[in-house]
Amino acid sequence: MTAPVTAPMTAPAPPPLVDLFERGLDAPICLTWELTYACNLACSHCLSSSGRRDPRELSTAEAKAVIDELEAMQVFYVNIGGGEPTVRADFWELLDYATAHHVGVKFSTNGVRITPDAAARLARNDYVDVQISLDGATADVNDAVRGAGSYATALRALENLAAAGMRNFKISVVCTRHNIPQLDAFKALADRYGAQLRLTRLRPSGRGADVWDELHPTAAQQRELYDWLLANGENVLTGDSFFHLSAYGQALPGLNLCGAGRVVCLIDPVGDVYACPFAIHDEFLAGNVRTADGFSGVWRDSELFRRLRTPQHGGACASCAFYDTCKGGCMAAKFFTGLPLDGPDPECVQGYGEELLARRDDGTRVPKPSGDHSRGTGSRKRTTVDLVLTRREAVTSPARPPVSECAEHPLAGLDLTTVGKDTAHA
Amino acid sequence: MTTTDSATIAMDLDRAWDLHPQVSVRPEPFGALLYHFGTRKLSFLKDRRLLAVVQALADAPTARAACLGAGLGEDELPRYGRALAVLVQSSMVVGRTP
Ligand code: SF4
Ligand code: SF4
Repeated sequence: MTAPVTAPMTAPAPPPLVDLFERGLDAPICLTWELTYACNLACSHCLSSSGRRDPRELSTAEAKAVIDELEAMQVFYVNIGGGEPTVRADFWELLDYATAHHVGVKFSTNGVRITPDAAARLARNDYVDVQISLDGATADVNDAVRGAGSYATALRALENLAAAGMRNFKISVVCTRHNIPQLDAFKALADRYGAQLRLTRLRPSGRGADVWDELHPTAAQQRELYDWLLANGENVLTGDSFFHLSAYGQALPGLNLCGAGRVVCLIDPVGDVYACPFAIHDEFLAGNVRTADGFSGVWRDSELFRRLRTPQHGGACASCAFYDTCKGGCMAAKFFTGLPLDGPDPECVQGYGEELLARRDDGTRVPKPSGDHSRGTGSRKRTTVDLVLTRREAVTSPARPPVSECAEHPLAGLDLTTVGKDTAHA
Repeated sequence: MTTTDSATIAMDLDRAWDLHPQVSVRPEPFGALLYHFGTRKLSFLKDRRLLAVVQALADAPTARAACLGAGLGEDELPRYGRALAVLVQSSMVVGRTP
Protein backbone atom coordinates (compact mmCIF):
# COMPACT_ATOMS: atom_id res chain seq x y z
CA MET A 1 0.00 0.00 0.00
CA THR A 2 1.36 3.33 -0.95
CA ALA A 3 0.09 6.38 0.76
CA PRO A 4 -1.59 9.08 -1.19
CA VAL A 5 1.03 11.38 -2.55
CA THR A 6 0.98 14.97 -1.61
CA ALA A 7 2.47 17.75 -3.57
CA PRO A 8 2.92 21.38 -2.61
CA MET A 9 -0.30 23.20 -3.05
CA THR A 10 -0.65 26.05 -5.47
CA ALA A 11 -4.38 25.85 -5.95
CA PRO A 12 -7.22 25.22 -3.55
CA ALA A 13 -7.39 21.50 -2.85
CA PRO A 14 -10.15 19.57 -4.56
CA PRO A 15 -12.37 17.58 -2.22
CA PRO A 16 -10.70 14.53 -0.71
CA LEU A 17 -11.01 11.41 -2.79
CA VAL A 18 -13.29 9.76 -0.31
CA ASP A 19 -15.82 12.56 -0.80
CA LEU A 20 -15.68 12.13 -4.54
CA PHE A 21 -16.27 8.43 -4.15
CA GLU A 22 -19.21 9.12 -1.92
CA ARG A 23 -21.00 10.43 -4.96
CA GLY A 24 -20.31 7.26 -6.87
CA LEU A 25 -18.32 6.40 -9.96
CA ASP A 26 -19.28 5.93 -13.59
CA ALA A 27 -18.69 2.22 -13.14
CA PRO A 28 -17.97 0.09 -10.11
CA ILE A 29 -14.40 -0.57 -9.07
CA CYS A 30 -15.30 -3.63 -7.14
CA LEU A 31 -17.93 -5.70 -8.73
CA THR A 32 -18.73 -9.04 -7.22
CA TRP A 33 -20.45 -11.55 -9.42
CA GLU A 34 -21.82 -14.65 -7.89
CA LEU A 35 -22.07 -17.03 -10.81
CA THR A 36 -24.06 -19.71 -9.09
CA TYR A 37 -25.66 -20.55 -5.80
CA ALA A 38 -24.63 -24.16 -6.30
CA CYS A 39 -21.92 -25.37 -3.98
CA ASN A 40 -20.29 -28.58 -2.90
CA LEU A 41 -19.81 -27.32 0.64
CA ALA A 42 -22.14 -25.94 3.28
CA CYS A 43 -20.22 -23.39 5.30
CA SER A 44 -22.07 -22.22 8.34
CA HIS A 45 -21.34 -18.56 7.64
CA CYS A 46 -22.03 -18.47 3.90
CA LEU A 47 -22.90 -14.90 3.02
CA SER A 48 -25.11 -15.91 0.13
CA SER A 49 -26.83 -18.89 1.75
CA SER A 50 -25.65 -21.02 -1.13
CA GLY A 51 -26.16 -24.69 -1.85
CA ARG A 52 -28.61 -25.41 -4.60
CA ARG A 53 -28.42 -24.08 -8.10
CA ASP A 54 -31.13 -21.60 -8.96
CA PRO A 55 -32.89 -22.73 -12.13
CA ARG A 56 -33.17 -19.12 -13.26
CA GLU A 57 -29.38 -18.74 -13.32
CA LEU A 58 -28.04 -16.58 -16.15
CA SER A 59 -27.29 -18.68 -19.24
CA THR A 60 -23.85 -18.72 -20.81
CA ALA A 61 -25.01 -16.26 -23.46
CA GLU A 62 -26.49 -13.92 -20.86
CA ALA A 63 -23.33 -14.08 -18.80
CA LYS A 64 -21.27 -13.20 -21.85
CA ALA A 65 -23.55 -10.25 -22.54
CA VAL A 66 -22.85 -9.02 -19.02
CA ILE A 67 -19.11 -9.35 -19.68
CA ASP A 68 -19.51 -7.32 -22.88
CA GLU A 69 -21.14 -4.58 -20.84
CA LEU A 70 -18.39 -4.68 -18.23
CA GLU A 71 -15.82 -4.33 -20.97
CA ALA A 72 -17.62 -1.32 -22.38
CA MET A 73 -17.86 0.25 -18.92
CA GLN A 74 -14.18 -0.45 -18.33
CA VAL A 75 -14.74 -2.46 -15.22
CA PHE A 76 -11.17 -3.61 -14.75
CA TYR A 77 -11.97 -6.87 -13.09
CA VAL A 78 -14.73 -8.81 -11.42
CA ASN A 79 -14.61 -10.71 -8.18
CA ILE A 80 -16.26 -13.98 -9.04
CA GLY A 81 -17.75 -16.08 -6.34
CA GLY A 82 -20.88 -18.00 -5.54
CA GLY A 83 -21.70 -20.60 -4.43
CA GLU A 84 -18.73 -22.42 -5.78
CA PRO A 85 -18.21 -20.80 -9.17
CA THR A 86 -16.09 -23.61 -10.58
CA VAL A 87 -18.98 -26.05 -10.45
CA ARG A 88 -20.69 -24.15 -13.24
CA ALA A 89 -20.14 -26.18 -16.40
CA ASP A 90 -19.21 -23.06 -18.36
CA PHE A 91 -16.93 -21.59 -15.68
CA TRP A 92 -13.70 -21.91 -17.69
CA GLU A 93 -15.39 -20.70 -20.83
CA LEU A 94 -16.63 -17.57 -19.05
CA LEU A 95 -13.26 -17.01 -17.44
CA ASP A 96 -11.52 -17.11 -20.82
CA TYR A 97 -14.20 -14.92 -22.36
CA ALA A 98 -13.82 -12.29 -19.67
CA THR A 99 -10.04 -12.13 -19.78
CA ALA A 100 -10.09 -12.03 -23.58
CA HIS A 101 -12.37 -9.01 -23.25
CA HIS A 102 -10.13 -7.12 -20.87
CA VAL A 103 -12.11 -7.90 -17.80
CA GLY A 104 -9.76 -9.40 -15.26
CA VAL A 105 -11.06 -12.14 -13.03
CA LYS A 106 -10.43 -12.70 -9.38
CA PHE A 107 -12.27 -15.72 -8.25
CA SER A 108 -12.85 -17.31 -4.92
CA THR A 109 -13.01 -21.03 -4.59
CA ASN A 110 -12.93 -23.69 -1.95
CA GLY A 111 -10.42 -25.43 -4.19
CA VAL A 112 -12.52 -28.40 -5.20
CA ARG A 113 -11.80 -28.05 -8.92
CA ILE A 114 -8.24 -26.75 -8.68
CA THR A 115 -6.60 -29.84 -10.10
CA PRO A 116 -3.01 -29.77 -11.36
CA ASP A 117 -4.38 -29.15 -14.87
CA ALA A 118 -6.61 -26.31 -13.76
CA ALA A 119 -3.73 -24.81 -11.78
CA ALA A 120 -1.48 -24.89 -14.84
CA ARG A 121 -4.16 -23.20 -16.90
CA LEU A 122 -4.58 -20.48 -14.29
CA ALA A 123 -0.86 -19.93 -14.00
CA ARG A 124 -0.71 -19.20 -17.73
CA ASN A 125 -3.34 -16.46 -17.60
CA ASP A 126 -2.00 -13.10 -16.40
CA TYR A 127 -5.47 -11.72 -15.96
CA VAL A 128 -6.60 -14.21 -13.38
CA ASP A 129 -6.22 -14.14 -9.66
CA VAL A 130 -7.28 -17.00 -7.42
CA GLN A 131 -8.33 -16.96 -3.81
CA ILE A 132 -8.58 -20.13 -1.85
CA SER A 133 -10.92 -19.82 1.10
CA LEU A 134 -9.65 -21.14 4.36
CA ASP A 135 -11.10 -20.25 7.72
CA GLY A 136 -8.70 -22.08 9.98
CA ALA A 137 -4.95 -22.57 9.88
CA THR A 138 -5.58 -26.09 11.13
CA ALA A 139 -8.09 -28.67 9.96
CA ASP A 140 -10.08 -28.70 13.18
CA VAL A 141 -10.72 -24.97 13.24
CA ASN A 142 -11.39 -24.77 9.50
CA ASP A 143 -13.57 -27.82 9.15
CA ALA A 144 -15.76 -26.83 12.09
CA VAL A 145 -17.02 -23.97 9.96
CA ARG A 146 -16.46 -25.10 6.39
CA GLY A 147 -17.17 -28.80 6.72
CA ALA A 148 -15.20 -32.02 7.05
CA GLY A 149 -12.48 -32.43 4.46
CA SER A 150 -12.56 -28.81 3.32
CA TYR A 151 -9.15 -28.06 4.83
CA ALA A 152 -7.57 -30.93 2.91
CA THR A 153 -9.29 -29.77 -0.28
CA ALA A 154 -7.99 -26.23 0.16
CA LEU A 155 -4.46 -27.36 0.90
CA ARG A 156 -4.41 -29.61 -2.12
CA ALA A 157 -5.45 -26.63 -4.23
CA LEU A 158 -2.68 -24.50 -2.70
CA GLU A 159 -0.13 -27.19 -3.46
CA ASN A 160 -1.33 -27.50 -7.04
CA LEU A 161 -1.19 -23.76 -7.60
CA ALA A 162 2.28 -23.47 -6.12
CA ALA A 163 3.50 -26.45 -8.14
CA ALA A 164 2.10 -24.91 -11.34
CA GLY A 165 4.17 -21.81 -10.71
CA MET A 166 1.19 -19.59 -9.98
CA ARG A 167 2.32 -16.58 -8.02
CA ASN A 168 0.55 -14.22 -5.70
CA PHE A 169 -2.56 -16.25 -5.30
CA LYS A 170 -4.43 -15.56 -2.11
CA ILE A 171 -5.43 -17.42 0.97
CA SER A 172 -8.65 -15.78 1.97
CA VAL A 173 -9.64 -15.94 5.60
CA VAL A 174 -12.82 -14.76 7.26
CA CYS A 175 -11.76 -13.76 10.76
CA THR A 176 -13.66 -15.50 13.53
CA ARG A 177 -13.43 -15.99 17.24
CA HIS A 178 -11.73 -19.31 16.60
CA ASN A 179 -9.09 -18.32 14.11
CA ILE A 180 -7.94 -14.96 15.48
CA PRO A 181 -5.41 -16.86 17.65
CA GLN A 182 -4.03 -18.36 14.41
CA LEU A 183 -3.05 -15.17 12.61
CA ASP A 184 0.67 -15.98 12.71
CA ALA A 185 -0.03 -19.52 11.60
CA PHE A 186 -2.02 -18.26 8.62
CA LYS A 187 0.85 -16.02 7.67
CA ALA A 188 3.27 -18.93 7.87
CA LEU A 189 0.96 -21.04 5.74
CA ALA A 190 0.75 -18.33 3.10
CA ASP A 191 4.53 -17.95 3.10
CA ARG A 192 4.93 -21.67 2.66
CA TYR A 193 3.00 -21.63 -0.61
CA GLY A 194 4.23 -18.28 -1.84
CA ALA A 195 0.70 -17.01 -1.40
CA GLN A 196 -0.60 -13.77 -0.03
CA LEU A 197 -2.76 -13.64 3.04
CA ARG A 198 -6.04 -11.80 2.88
CA LEU A 199 -8.11 -11.27 5.97
CA THR A 200 -11.70 -10.21 5.87
CA ARG A 201 -14.47 -9.51 8.25
CA LEU A 202 -17.25 -11.90 9.19
CA ARG A 203 -20.51 -10.22 8.42
CA PRO A 204 -23.96 -11.27 9.52
CA SER A 205 -25.05 -11.84 5.93
CA GLY A 206 -26.71 -14.91 4.49
CA ARG A 207 -26.18 -17.85 6.81
CA GLY A 208 -23.57 -15.71 8.49
CA ALA A 209 -26.49 -14.11 10.30
CA ASP A 210 -27.21 -17.40 12.03
CA VAL A 211 -23.73 -17.83 13.39
CA TRP A 212 -22.55 -14.27 13.74
CA ASP A 213 -23.32 -14.04 17.43
CA GLU A 214 -21.15 -17.02 18.22
CA LEU A 215 -18.46 -16.59 15.59
CA HIS A 216 -17.67 -12.92 15.42
CA PRO A 217 -14.47 -11.92 17.23
CA THR A 218 -14.74 -10.72 20.80
CA ALA A 219 -13.90 -7.13 21.61
CA ALA A 220 -10.49 -8.20 22.91
CA GLN A 221 -9.84 -10.15 19.73
CA GLN A 222 -10.75 -7.16 17.60
CA ARG A 223 -8.04 -5.26 19.38
CA GLU A 224 -5.64 -8.14 18.86
CA LEU A 225 -6.49 -8.17 15.17
CA TYR A 226 -6.03 -4.44 14.87
CA ASP A 227 -2.60 -4.59 16.52
CA TRP A 228 -1.63 -7.51 14.35
CA LEU A 229 -2.70 -5.66 11.22
CA LEU A 230 -0.69 -2.62 12.19
CA ALA A 231 2.38 -4.83 12.73
CA ASN A 232 1.93 -7.01 9.63
CA GLY A 233 -0.29 -4.87 7.46
CA GLU A 234 2.23 -4.28 4.72
CA ASN A 235 2.07 -7.83 3.48
CA VAL A 236 -1.47 -8.70 4.34
CA LEU A 237 -4.48 -7.69 2.30
CA THR A 238 -7.63 -6.46 3.92
CA GLY A 239 -8.86 -3.69 1.71
CA ASP A 240 -11.36 -1.79 3.71
CA SER A 241 -12.62 -4.82 5.47
CA PHE A 242 -11.84 -3.56 8.94
CA PHE A 243 -12.24 0.15 8.63
CA HIS A 244 -14.47 0.19 11.69
CA LEU A 245 -11.32 -0.74 13.65
CA SER A 246 -9.73 2.56 12.65
CA ALA A 247 -11.53 4.01 15.62
CA TYR A 248 -8.88 2.39 17.82
CA GLY A 249 -6.63 5.19 16.73
CA GLN A 250 -4.52 4.92 13.64
CA ALA A 251 -6.47 4.58 10.42
CA LEU A 252 -5.88 1.38 8.51
CA PRO A 253 -4.96 1.67 4.86
CA GLY A 254 -7.89 1.86 2.51
CA LEU A 255 -10.72 4.07 1.50
CA ASN A 256 -12.53 4.05 4.82
CA LEU A 257 -15.90 4.26 3.28
CA CYS A 258 -18.88 2.04 2.73
CA GLY A 259 -18.73 1.61 -1.01
CA ALA A 260 -22.15 0.03 -1.43
CA GLY A 261 -23.73 1.31 -4.62
CA ARG A 262 -20.95 3.87 -5.00
CA VAL A 263 -17.91 1.82 -5.98
CA VAL A 264 -19.18 -1.62 -5.04
CA CYS A 265 -22.06 -3.84 -6.08
CA LEU A 266 -23.13 -7.42 -6.58
CA ILE A 267 -24.61 -9.28 -9.50
CA ASP A 268 -26.19 -12.45 -8.23
CA PRO A 269 -26.63 -15.71 -10.18
CA VAL A 270 -30.05 -14.73 -11.54
CA GLY A 271 -28.85 -11.28 -12.56
CA ASP A 272 -30.22 -9.32 -9.64
CA VAL A 273 -28.04 -6.35 -8.77
CA TYR A 274 -27.55 -5.53 -5.10
CA ALA A 275 -25.68 -2.66 -3.50
CA CYS A 276 -23.14 -4.98 -1.91
CA PRO A 277 -22.48 -8.73 -1.77
CA PHE A 278 -23.19 -8.58 1.93
CA ALA A 279 -26.54 -6.94 1.43
CA ILE A 280 -28.66 -9.55 -0.32
CA HIS A 281 -32.04 -8.24 0.72
CA ASP A 282 -34.90 -6.57 -1.16
CA GLU A 283 -34.03 -3.36 0.62
CA PHE A 284 -30.75 -3.23 -1.31
CA LEU A 285 -31.94 -4.64 -4.62
CA ALA A 286 -31.28 -2.13 -7.38
CA GLY A 287 -32.51 -3.99 -10.45
CA ASN A 288 -31.70 -6.86 -12.77
CA VAL A 289 -29.24 -7.17 -15.64
CA ARG A 290 -31.97 -8.78 -17.75
CA THR A 291 -33.80 -5.46 -18.07
CA ALA A 292 -33.59 -3.38 -21.22
CA ASP A 293 -30.71 -1.14 -20.16
CA GLY A 294 -28.79 -4.01 -18.70
CA PHE A 295 -26.30 -3.74 -15.92
CA SER A 296 -25.06 -0.29 -16.86
CA GLY A 297 -28.62 1.02 -16.73
CA VAL A 298 -29.03 -0.33 -13.23
CA TRP A 299 -25.68 1.05 -12.10
CA ARG A 300 -26.41 4.48 -13.56
CA ASP A 301 -30.05 4.98 -12.88
CA SER A 302 -31.29 2.87 -10.01
CA GLU A 303 -33.18 4.86 -7.42
CA LEU A 304 -31.48 2.96 -4.65
CA PHE A 305 -27.98 3.67 -5.94
CA ARG A 306 -28.78 7.33 -6.37
CA ARG A 307 -29.89 7.44 -2.78
CA LEU A 308 -26.76 5.68 -1.56
CA ARG A 309 -24.65 8.17 -3.47
CA THR A 310 -25.96 11.13 -1.55
CA PRO A 311 -24.02 12.06 1.57
CA GLN A 312 -25.05 9.91 4.50
CA HIS A 313 -25.72 11.24 7.93
CA GLY A 314 -23.72 10.10 10.86
CA GLY A 315 -26.79 9.81 13.06
CA ALA A 316 -25.78 8.63 16.50
CA CYS A 317 -22.16 8.42 15.26
CA ALA A 318 -21.94 12.00 14.09
CA SER A 319 -20.52 13.25 17.36
CA CYS A 320 -17.93 10.45 17.61
CA ALA A 321 -14.33 11.59 17.33
CA PHE A 322 -13.59 8.66 15.02
CA TYR A 323 -16.42 9.22 12.60
CA ASP A 324 -14.02 10.44 9.91
CA THR A 325 -12.32 7.10 9.57
CA CYS A 326 -14.95 4.74 10.89
CA LYS A 327 -18.00 6.30 9.27
CA GLY A 328 -20.24 4.23 11.47
CA GLY A 329 -18.93 0.99 10.00
CA CYS A 330 -20.70 -1.48 7.76
CA MET A 331 -24.21 -0.89 6.53
CA ALA A 332 -24.89 -4.58 5.97
CA ALA A 333 -23.66 -5.55 9.43
CA LYS A 334 -26.02 -3.04 10.98
CA PHE A 335 -28.92 -4.04 8.81
CA PHE A 336 -28.72 -7.75 9.46
CA THR A 337 -28.30 -7.31 13.19
CA GLY A 338 -31.36 -5.10 13.34
CA LEU A 339 -29.48 -1.91 14.19
CA PRO A 340 -30.32 1.49 12.69
CA LEU A 341 -28.32 2.23 9.54
CA ASP A 342 -27.34 5.68 10.71
CA GLY A 343 -25.89 4.52 14.01
CA PRO A 344 -22.87 2.57 15.18
CA ASP A 345 -21.65 -0.72 13.76
CA PRO A 346 -22.50 -3.78 15.89
CA GLU A 347 -18.75 -4.15 16.44
CA CYS A 348 -18.17 -0.47 17.19
CA VAL A 349 -14.86 -0.43 19.03
CA GLN A 350 -16.26 2.10 21.47
CA GLY A 351 -18.76 -0.49 22.58
CA TYR A 352 -21.84 1.43 21.43
CA GLY A 353 -22.86 -1.34 19.07
CA GLU A 354 -22.78 -3.93 21.79
CA GLU A 355 -24.96 -1.74 23.97
CA LEU A 356 -27.48 -1.43 21.19
CA LEU A 357 -27.40 -5.15 20.50
CA ALA A 358 -28.04 -5.86 24.15
CA ARG A 359 -30.99 -3.50 24.16
CA ARG A 360 -32.64 -5.19 21.21
CA ASP A 361 -35.60 -6.95 22.71
CA ASP A 362 -36.90 -10.25 21.45
CA GLY A 363 -39.35 -8.40 19.33
CA THR A 364 -36.65 -6.70 17.26
CA ARG A 365 -37.22 -7.62 13.70
CA VAL A 366 -33.94 -8.84 12.30
CA PRO A 367 -34.18 -8.75 8.53
CA LYS A 368 -33.72 -12.03 6.74
CA PRO A 369 -31.66 -12.23 3.58
CA SER A 370 -33.83 -12.43 0.51
CA GLY A 371 -32.78 -15.77 -0.86
CA ASP A 372 -32.00 -18.97 0.89
CA HIS A 373 -30.46 -21.51 -1.43
CA SER A 374 -29.36 -23.75 1.37
CA ARG A 375 -29.81 -27.42 0.82
CA GLY A 376 -32.09 -29.28 3.16
CA THR A 377 -35.22 -27.84 4.63
CA GLY A 378 -33.93 -24.34 4.41
CA SER A 379 -35.41 -23.41 7.73
CA ARG A 380 -33.20 -20.69 9.03
CA LYS A 381 -33.76 -19.36 12.47
CA ARG A 382 -32.09 -16.65 14.30
CA THR A 383 -31.05 -18.07 17.64
CA THR A 384 -30.06 -16.32 20.78
CA VAL A 385 -26.44 -15.76 21.65
CA ASP A 386 -24.73 -19.05 22.06
CA LEU A 387 -21.06 -19.05 22.76
CA VAL A 388 -20.46 -22.60 21.72
CA LEU A 389 -19.25 -23.15 18.20
CA THR A 390 -21.56 -25.55 16.50
CA ARG A 391 -22.21 -26.14 12.88
CA ARG A 392 -25.87 -25.66 12.44
CA GLU A 393 -26.87 -29.14 11.33
CA ALA A 394 -28.22 -29.79 14.74
CA VAL A 395 -30.34 -26.70 14.71
CA THR A 396 -31.73 -26.80 11.24
CA SER A 397 -31.41 -29.81 9.04
CA PRO A 398 -28.98 -32.65 8.59
CA ALA A 399 -28.00 -31.64 5.09
CA ARG A 400 -26.62 -28.32 6.09
CA PRO A 401 -26.40 -25.61 3.51
CA PRO A 402 -23.76 -24.36 1.30
CA VAL A 403 -20.89 -22.18 1.01
CA SER A 404 -19.89 -19.05 -0.43
CA GLU A 405 -16.38 -18.39 -1.35
CA CYS A 406 -16.51 -14.67 -1.61
CA ALA A 407 -16.94 -13.84 2.02
CA GLU A 408 -14.81 -10.82 1.84
CA HIS A 409 -15.20 -7.13 1.69
CA PRO A 410 -15.65 -6.10 -1.90
CA LEU A 411 -12.77 -3.68 -1.64
CA ALA A 412 -10.48 -6.23 -0.08
CA GLY A 413 -7.14 -6.48 -1.75
CA LEU A 414 -7.22 -3.20 -3.55
CA ASP A 415 -3.88 -1.59 -3.61
CA LEU A 416 -4.50 2.09 -3.77
CA THR A 417 -2.22 4.84 -4.86
CA THR A 418 -3.46 8.32 -5.14
CA VAL A 419 -1.66 10.66 -7.42
CA GLY A 420 -2.62 14.25 -7.64
CA LYS A 421 -2.38 17.62 -6.13
CA ASP A 422 -4.34 17.42 -2.95
CA THR A 423 -3.58 16.02 0.42
CA ALA A 424 -4.26 12.63 1.84
CA HIS A 425 -7.85 11.88 2.67
CA ALA A 426 -7.37 10.52 6.14
CA MET B 1 0.98 2.97 6.15
CA THR B 2 4.16 3.86 4.34
CA THR B 3 4.69 7.33 3.16
CA THR B 4 6.08 8.07 -0.21
CA ASP B 5 8.53 10.87 0.12
CA SER B 6 7.85 12.57 -3.14
CA ALA B 7 10.76 14.93 -2.65
CA THR B 8 13.24 12.09 -3.08
CA ILE B 9 11.81 10.84 -6.34
CA ALA B 10 13.52 12.10 -9.43
CA MET B 11 11.78 12.07 -12.77
CA ASP B 12 13.61 12.45 -16.02
CA LEU B 13 11.33 14.78 -17.91
CA ASP B 14 13.57 14.79 -20.94
CA ARG B 15 13.09 11.29 -22.12
CA ALA B 16 10.19 9.38 -23.64
CA TRP B 17 7.69 7.59 -21.44
CA ASP B 18 4.55 5.60 -21.92
CA LEU B 19 1.85 3.85 -19.98
CA HIS B 20 2.70 0.25 -19.23
CA PRO B 21 0.99 -1.94 -21.84
CA GLN B 22 -0.91 -3.76 -19.09
CA VAL B 23 -2.38 -0.55 -17.72
CA SER B 24 -5.96 0.39 -18.41
CA VAL B 25 -7.21 3.95 -17.98
CA ARG B 26 -10.76 4.85 -17.08
CA PRO B 27 -11.63 8.53 -17.05
CA GLU B 28 -13.89 9.62 -14.19
CA PRO B 29 -15.40 13.01 -13.43
CA PHE B 30 -12.67 13.75 -10.89
CA GLY B 31 -9.73 12.52 -12.95
CA ALA B 32 -9.15 8.90 -13.75
CA LEU B 33 -8.63 5.42 -12.46
CA LEU B 34 -5.62 3.46 -13.60
CA TYR B 35 -5.46 -0.26 -13.21
CA HIS B 36 -2.35 -2.33 -13.77
CA PHE B 37 -3.26 -5.89 -14.68
CA GLY B 38 0.23 -7.10 -13.94
CA THR B 39 0.67 -5.73 -10.44
CA ARG B 40 -3.11 -5.60 -9.76
CA LYS B 41 -2.71 -2.11 -8.44
CA LEU B 42 -5.16 0.67 -8.77
CA SER B 43 -4.20 4.31 -8.88
CA PHE B 44 -6.37 7.37 -8.76
CA LEU B 45 -5.43 10.43 -10.71
CA LYS B 46 -7.17 13.23 -8.89
CA ASP B 47 -6.64 15.73 -11.58
CA ARG B 48 -7.88 15.84 -15.15
CA ARG B 49 -4.76 17.63 -16.34
CA LEU B 50 -2.59 14.86 -15.00
CA LEU B 51 -4.78 12.50 -17.00
CA ALA B 52 -4.17 14.58 -20.10
CA VAL B 53 -0.42 14.41 -19.49
CA VAL B 54 -0.49 10.67 -18.98
CA GLN B 55 -2.50 10.17 -22.14
CA ALA B 56 -0.10 12.35 -24.11
CA LEU B 57 3.03 10.45 -23.07
CA ALA B 58 2.86 7.84 -25.82
CA ASP B 59 3.01 10.36 -28.63
CA ALA B 60 5.28 12.97 -27.10
CA PRO B 61 9.04 12.87 -27.53
CA THR B 62 9.56 13.66 -23.84
CA ALA B 63 7.51 13.92 -20.68
CA ARG B 64 8.22 17.63 -20.69
CA ALA B 65 6.64 17.96 -24.11
CA ALA B 66 3.63 15.96 -22.94
CA CYS B 67 3.19 18.31 -19.97
CA LEU B 68 3.52 21.47 -21.97
CA GLY B 69 1.28 20.05 -24.69
CA ALA B 70 -1.36 19.43 -22.03
CA GLY B 71 -1.29 23.12 -21.20
CA LEU B 72 0.86 23.08 -18.08
CA GLY B 73 3.05 26.04 -17.27
CA GLU B 74 6.80 25.72 -16.64
CA ASP B 75 6.22 26.40 -12.96
CA GLU B 76 3.95 23.39 -12.71
CA LEU B 77 6.47 20.94 -14.12
CA PRO B 78 8.14 19.99 -10.85
CA ARG B 79 4.84 19.12 -9.27
CA TYR B 80 3.58 17.09 -12.19
CA GLY B 81 7.02 15.55 -12.54
CA ARG B 82 6.69 14.22 -9.01
CA ALA B 83 3.25 12.83 -9.74
CA LEU B 84 4.66 11.05 -12.80
CA ALA B 85 7.54 9.74 -10.71
CA VAL B 86 5.03 8.08 -8.40
CA LEU B 87 3.45 6.42 -11.40
CA VAL B 88 6.89 5.25 -12.54
CA GLN B 89 7.54 3.81 -9.12
CA SER B 90 4.42 1.71 -9.31
CA SER B 91 5.22 0.69 -12.91
CA MET B 92 2.12 2.40 -14.26
CA VAL B 93 4.39 4.52 -16.43
CA VAL B 94 7.49 3.03 -18.04
CA GLY B 95 10.32 4.32 -20.15
CA ARG B 96 9.91 4.17 -23.91
CA THR B 97 12.57 4.06 -26.58
CA PRO B 98 11.44 6.58 -29.16
S1 SF4 C 1 -19.46 -4.79 3.23
FE1 SF4 C 1 -20.50 -3.28 4.54
S2 SF4 C 1 -19.18 -1.46 4.53
FE2 SF4 C 1 -18.55 -2.76 2.83
S3 SF4 C 1 -19.67 -1.95 1.04
FE3 SF4 C 1 -20.88 -3.65 1.92
S4 SF4 C 1 -22.30 -2.68 3.32
FE4 SF4 C 1 -20.69 -1.18 2.90
S1 SF4 D 1 -19.55 5.50 17.51
FE1 SF4 D 1 -19.85 5.14 15.31
S2 SF4 D 1 -18.16 6.27 14.28
FE2 SF4 D 1 -17.62 6.05 16.48
S3 SF4 D 1 -16.38 4.21 16.59
FE3 SF4 D 1 -18.49 3.57 17.01
S4 SF4 D 1 -19.33 2.97 15.01
FE4 SF4 D 1 -17.46 4.15 14.63
